[in-house]
This record gives sequence, C-alpha cells and structure tokens, in this order.
Amino acid sequence: MEGRITIRVNGADQELDAGTSVAGLIAELQLRPELVAVEVNRELVARAEREARELIAGDVVELVTLVGGG
Amino acid sequence: MRTPQASETRPDADTALQVGKYTFQSRLLVGTGKYATFEQMAQALDISGTDCVTVAVRRVNLDPAKGESLLDHVDRSRYTILPNTAGCFDAESAVRTSLLARDLLETDLVKLEVLGDEKTLLPDPIGTLEATEQLAAAGFTVMVYTSDDPRLGVRLADAGAACIMPAGSPIGSGQGVLNPNAIRILMELVSQPVVVDAGVGTASDAALAMELGVEGVLLNTAIAGATEPLRMAAAMRSAVHAGRNAFLAGRIPIKLYANASSPMEARIAGAGSGA
Repeated sequence: MEGRITIRVNGADQELDAGTSVAGLIAELQLRPELVAVEVNRELVARAEREARELIAGDVVELVTLVGGG
Repeated sequence: MRTPQASETRPDADTALQVGKYTFQSRLLVGTGKYATFEQMAQALDISGTDCVTVAVRRVNLDPAKGESLLDHVDRSRYTILPNTAGCFDAESAVRTSLLARDLLETDLVKLEVLGDEKTLLPDPIGTLEATEQLAAAGFTVMVYTSDDPRLGVRLADAGAACIMPAGSPIGSGQGVLNPNAIRILMELVSQPVVVDAGVGTASDAALAMELGVEGVLLNTAIAGATEPLRMAAAMRSAVHAGRNAFLAGRIPIKLYANASSPMEARIAGAGSGA
C-alpha cells in the first residue's frame, strides 16, 4: 500500500499512489465519471465496481468515451 | 414487410420502426461523425427528424484540458443512442467495445461492425457472425452491419441479430445501393427488419432504398460531408419519407411501351395517327 506504482493508461505510462482505485484514477485524471467506461487488462470494470477495484502495478487500463461516428 | 393498419386515416400514415424492444418513429438513423462542429451536428440531427443516432467508442483524450463531450450536444430524452463498434477488425475487440458502450450508456443496443481492412472497410463475414453470436447471447440488441449477401443475412438473423443492416455500397463511398436485388432477396429470407447502412450519397439513394421496402436507412457522411449539411439533412428526411410512402403505395409496373393517361376515344377528327 505504500509508494507509487506505474500502470498503463490508454497506451501511456501513468504513475499512481499504490492503492488507488479505478474511481480514484478517474478522479485524478479529472474525467467526468459518467462519460467514461473502463477496462482493466481487457476486462470491463463496471460502473458499480469502480470504487472497489484497486489498481496494481502493471495494470493495463483503457478509458473510453463516446465520439462522433456513423 | 409490414404495412400500416387499414384503420389509420391519414393517407401517409406509417408504423414505427421496431428493432427488438426499441421503437423509432423515424426511419432515418443518422451518424454523428465528421461534422464541422457539435452545433452543426445537433442542428443536422434536429432537421433530419431522426430519433436514433450512432456514436463511436474511443479512448479518452488525456492530454489537453478536457473540452466538450459529444453527449453534451445529444439530448438523450429525444434520441436513442446507438453505439457502434466501428474500427474493430475482429470479433473480440467488437465485443469488448460493445461491453464498454453498454456500461457507459446503460443500453443494450449496439451497431455491430467487424471490418476486414482499412482500405475497403468491407465487413468481415466470419468475424461479424462470431461477434453477433456472442453479443446476442450476452443480451445485446444487435443491429449488425453486413454485406448485401442474403445468405449471410440469414446466418446473422439465426445467430440472434435484431436488425440486419446491409451496406448499399462501401462506407462513405456515396455509390448508393449497388445491388437492389440482393437486398430484396434478403428481405424475403429474414423476418427481422432490414436497414440499409452505408453507401448512401444523396437523396435519391435513400429514397430508392426505402422503395425496395427496407425498414430504414442509416447514414452519416451523406449529410455531414455535403456542402450544406443542414439542407442535406432536410433532403434525407424528405427522401426517406417519400421512398417509404412510394413503397407502401405500391408503384406501377414498368412497361416497355407507352400507356396514355388521357382517353384515346372521342378525339376530334383528324387528330393523331393511324386509321
């Protein structure tokens, strides 16, 4: 639980405090939580699981939103 | 093919477009890509009369100060949002994208696209079928983008698709409906609604598609890429309406020779040719 960890977020390295949750990551990045969806290691982390899901070193996170498309 | 109730009084009365449990009053589905601004997009959607709009799922931009979201400009009380899996080239990424979209939008609707390559953007039939099976099993209402191959359409319907969406021609190509007969055959073979998705370039393409008897038309570039997108949005609204009415009205047969509209009897002496 101490120190910093490095994870991947949308293809780039991201440093975080150890013990940060998915919800915490979204807050740290100043994203609007209702406008994003999250995968960790290619698995969806559902909205209801974001607080409980703790990130660990080496996790690969995808943060997506909606954009214009056809 | 469905026809409106005989009891409906207006001569242009129509039923809604029904896709699984979803009901759309407009038979024109419109994409949100390629507009100059969000304001222009919102105006085009309004003018088009659509009540179903497609969106894409992409990585959040983490770099610059956030900026506006597409969702700030799409009134969800007015429009049903149909997330797509555009840009997915295999079933796995299309399923992952669908799961993300479902979590984000709290909808089980998805416009499934599994593409073969970036140049043609033609659908990959095997990947599309695999993803359709998986998504239908996971409870999604799958509106599946496909080629105009009628037998593939049957397989997608059997796999659980709620709506079969053949391309009229390649995405964004503006070539219109290249094989109307394939789409006619597809409609005969499946009970699910058929919506022409992709290839529409101008109003007559949309009208022709609707005249074939398809349940709807989905387009994006034809409006967003027009010189005047807002005027084209109006044109597409009219075209879909006109084509639908023409289909329901039942067109006259095509004949080789003329068939006079005015009586040939009782013409004045000396008029015309012949005896």
